[in-house]
Amino acid sequence: MIVAVLSGFGAALAAPFLHRRLPRWSGWVCALVPLMLFGFFAAQGGEVAAGHTIRAAYEWIPSLGVDFSFSLDGLSLLFALLITGIGVLVVAYASSYLHGHHHLGRFYGLILAFMAAMLGTVLAGDLITLFVFWELTGLCSYLLIGFDHGREAARKAALQALLVTCAGGLALLAGFILLGEGAGSLDLAALLTRGDAVRSHPLYVPILALVLLGAFTKSAQFPFHFWLPGAMEAPTPVSAYLHSATMVKLGIYLLARLSPVLGGTDAWFWSVTLAGGITMVAGGVMALIRSDLKQILAYSTVSALGTLTLLLGLHTPRAATAAMVFLLVHALYKSALFLAAGAVDHGAGTRDLARMGGLARAMPWVALGAGLAALSMAGVAPLAGFIAKELLYEAKLQAPLAAEFVTGAGFVANALTVAVAVMVGYLPFHGRERDTSLHHHRVESLLWLPPLLPALMGLVVGIVPGLTGRWLVAPAVAAVRGVPVPVDLALWHGVNPVFLLGVATVAAGVGIASVRGALLRRLPAGSGPGWGPERGYGLLIDGMLGLARWQTRLLQNGRLRYYLMTVVGAAVFLMGVAILRSGEIPRQLPRPDGGIHEWLAAGVILAGALTAATTTSRLAAVAGLGTVGYGVALVYILYGAPDLAMTQFCIETLSIVLFVLVLYRLPRFSLLSTPGGRVRDLLVAFSVGGFMTVLVLLAVSQTLVPHISTYFLEQSLPAGHGRNVVNVILVDFRALDTLGEITVLAVAALGVYGLMKGRGEGGG
Amino acid sequence: MQSLLLATAVRLLLPLLLLFSLFLLLRGHNEPGGGFVGGLVAAAAFVLHALAHGVAGARRVLRVEPRQLVAAGLLTALASGVLSLTLGLPFLTGLWSTLPVPVIGHAGTPLLFDAGVYLVVAGMALMIVFSLMEE
Repeated sequence: MIVAVLSGFGAALAAPFLHRRLPRWSGWVCALVPLMLFGFFAAQGGEVAAGHTIRAAYEWIPSLGVDFSFSLDGLSLLFALLITGIGVLVVAYASSYLHGHHHLGRFYGLILAFMAAMLGTVLAGDLITLFVFWELTGLCSYLLIGFDHGREAARKAALQALLVTCAGGLALLAGFILLGEGAGSLDLAALLTRGDAVRSHPLYVPILALVLLGAFTKSAQFPFHFWLPGAMEAPTPVSAYLHSATMVKLGIYLLARLSPVLGGTDAWFWSVTLAGGITMVAGGVMALIRSDLKQILAYSTVSALGTLTLLLGLHTPRAATAAMVFLLVHALYKSALFLAAGAVDHGAGTRDLARMGGLARAMPWVALGAGLAALSMAGVAPLAGFIAKELLYEAKLQAPLAAEFVTGAGFVANALTVAVAVMVGYLPFHGRERDTSLHHHRVESLLWLPPLLPALMGLVVGIVPGLTGRWLVAPAVAAVRGVPVPVDLALWHGVNPVFLLGVATVAAGVGIASVRGALLRRLPAGSGPGWGPERGYGLLIDGMLGLARWQTRLLQNGRLRYYLMTVVGAAVFLMGVAILRSGEIPRQLPRPDGGIHEWLAAGVILAGALTAATTTSRLAAVAGLGTVGYGVALVYILYGAPDLAMTQFCIETLSIVLFVLVLYRLPRFSLLSTPGGRVRDLLVAFSVGGFMTVLVLLAVSQTLVPHISTYFLEQSLPAGHGRNVVNVILVDFRALDTLGEITVLAVAALGVYGLMKGRGEGGG
Repeated sequence: MQSLLLATAVRLLLPLLLLFSLFLLLRGHNEPGGGFVGGLVAAAAFVLHALAHGVAGARRVLRVEPRQLVAAGLLTALASGVLSLTLGLPFLTGLWSTLPVPVIGHAGTPLLFDAGVYLVVAGMALMIVFSLMEE
C-alpha cells in the first residue's frame, strides 16, 4: 500500500519528461496512474466491506513514537476511490482542455503529486504522517491554483489559499501533538480506542479548537470560506479536482476520522454544527447572487461543505450515514458540473451566466451531463441526490438538540441548492440564445465524456442504491461511528414527512431560481461583500507587508559600514550584557610569559594591524592584513596546530589574490570620512577588540568540561581509525556539522557567483 | 601580465601542487592535512594557472565547471552518509574496510566524506576567484 501511495509522486516526477518525449500520448499515460490506483483500491473493497482494516507501517522516528503508516478502512476507501476515480477524469479532461499549453507536462506532474498527497492524507494511519501529507496537499494546491503564474489574480488567489490553509495546518499540528499527548499515542487505531480518555482530558477544549481550526480552514468553513471562491482562478480541471470533489473534503475527512475520539460532546456539537450551519446558508446565498459559472459552483461547494460539517456535528448514526452518502453524491455531481462548466467556457468562450442560453444545440452531450448532475444536485428521483436529500432531512429531524433550527436551516440551504442547480444545469443550455455574438462550437469527446461519466454514475447509484450502500457507505459509516451501523439505502420510502419536505424544497428552489433575475435587479450595483473575513485577511496582509517594508528600510540601508557596525555592535552588546550579568569579569591579567619567538610572532601581528589601519595605500593595507594572517598562522604552529596553520596560510594566500583582483577596479584611495566618523570607527574597533580580549581571557580562565576532549583523544584511533584528532572530529565524530558547513560554503559561493554574473548581465 | 617565468613554472607546479593536495587529503586522517586544506591547495594551483595563462586557459585545464565540483563534492559527502543508512545504521556512521590499503592505512566512508569536502572547498574557491577575474 505504501507503494500505491508513493507511486503518484514517482509518476509526478516522471510526467514532465514523459510529456516532452511523447506530447501526444502523455495524457493517456498519466491518466493510467490514477486508473490503476483506482483498480487497486476497488480490489480491496471486498476485504474492507468485510470489516477488515488493511495496514502497512514503517518505523519512522521510533524515539517519538512516530510511524510512517497507512491503514485502509471504509472511510479511507471511500475517499481513495473518489480521489483516484475523479483523478482519472481530470487528467484525461486536462489533456484536451489545456491542449497545447506550454506547461502541460508540469501540470500533469503537479496534479499527480497532488493526488498522491491526498491519498496519503486519507490513508495515513498516524497523526504525523497525516499531517505531512495534509501540508503537501496545501503546497500542491498552491502551485495548481497559481498555475497561470503570469496573471496576478492567480498568484494572489494561490497565496491566499496557501496562507489560510497553512495557518490552519499549523494549528492542526499543535492540535495533533496535544492530542497525541492526551491519548498517549499518535497511532490512529490506538487513538480511536481512547476517546473517553481524550474527552475527559483537561486539554480537550484546546485540542478540539486547534483541530477544528485546521479542518475548517481546509474545508472552507465560515469564517475561512473566502479562499475557495478566490481559488477559482485555477484552470477548470484543477477547480474540479481540488475544490469540488476532493481537497476541500479533507477537512471533512479529518472531522469524520476523529469524530469517534473528539465528537459527541456539547463543545463539539455547538462549534461544528454552528460553523457548518452558517457556512451552509451563507454559501447558498452567495452562490445565488453570482453570475460567473465557476463562482456559483464554488459557493455552492462552500454550502455543501457546510452541510457535511453540520451533519458530522450532529454526531448521530443517521447523520453519519447521510454525510457519507451526501459526500459521494456531491463529489459525483459537483465534479460533473465543474467539468461541464469548463467545457462551456471552452466551447462558448464565456462563463457569464447572463450571456448563455440554448447551448444544448451546440454541445448536447455536455448539456446531458450537466442536466443529469443538476437533477442529482436538486435531489430529484431517481438520481442519487434524491437518496442523499432524504437522508439529510431524516438526520436533521433527528438532531439531538435544536432539531427545528437545524431542519429549518437545512431547508433554506437545500432550496438554494436547487436554485443553483437550475442556474448551472438548465439556464445555460436551454431557452433562447442570449448573446448571439458568442461563437460556440462543438467540443471534443474528451471534454464532454468526463462530465458525463460521473453524472451517469449518479444515476446508477440512484437506481441500485443497495450495492453502493453495502460496499461503500456502510464500511465508511462504521469507521466514522467506530461501530458497525446497518445501512440500507433505498430509493423509495413512501410518502412521509421527509418526502414532502423534499418536494417542497424542489418547488421552493425552482421558485427562487425563477425570481432570481428580478431579485438581483433590486440589489444596488456593486453591493458585493466590501466587508467580512476577506477584508480582514486583506488588512492583515497589508499590515504585515507594511511592517516588513518599514524594518527593511531601517535595517537594509545599503551601506556596508552600517551593516558591519550593526553586526559587531549587536554581538558586543548582547554578549557584553551576558558577561556582565554573570559577574565573571577577569580580575587579573595572566602573567605574560613565553619565549622570544612568541613575542616575535605577536610583534609581527601588531605591526601588520597597525600598517593596515594607518597606511594610505591600498596595497599596503592588504599586505598588512596578510601579515596579520600569517602571524596568526605562526602562532598556530608554535602552539602545535599544524592543520590550522596550513589552512590559514592557504586562505591568506587566496585572499590576497582576491584582494589584488578587486583592487584593480576600485577608485583611487582617498579619505572620505569626516574626523568624527573616524573617531567613531576607532571606538567601534577598540570596543570589539577589547571585548574579544575579555572573552578569550574568560575562556582561558575557566576550566572547561574535560571529558569531551579526552573522549575525542582516546577514541580517535579505536573508533575513528585515525591519529589526526582534528580530522577525525571533522569527518567522523562531528561530520554532520561539517556537512552543514560545506553546504553553507556552497551556498555562499553560489551567492557570489550569482552576484558577479548578475552584475555582468545587468551592464553594471 | 604575461610572464614567461611564471608561465613555465606553472606548467611544472600545477601537477605537483595537485599531487600534493591529494597527498594532503589522503594522509589527513593520521597526519596534518585533510580535505579542507587539500582543497585549498588544489584551488591555489588552478588560481596560479589562471594568473599565468588567463582564466580561459585555467578553465580549459580544469575541464569541468567549478560549480560542478561544488555539486559533486556535496553529493559525495552526502553519499558517504547515506551509505550507512542502507545498512540500517544512523546517517553518517563511519564504515571501515578491514583490509589495509597502502598509504592511507584503512579505507572508510570518512575518507569519502573528506573527498567531498575537498571538492566543495576547491570548487567554491575557484568559483569565486574565476568569476572575479572574469568580471
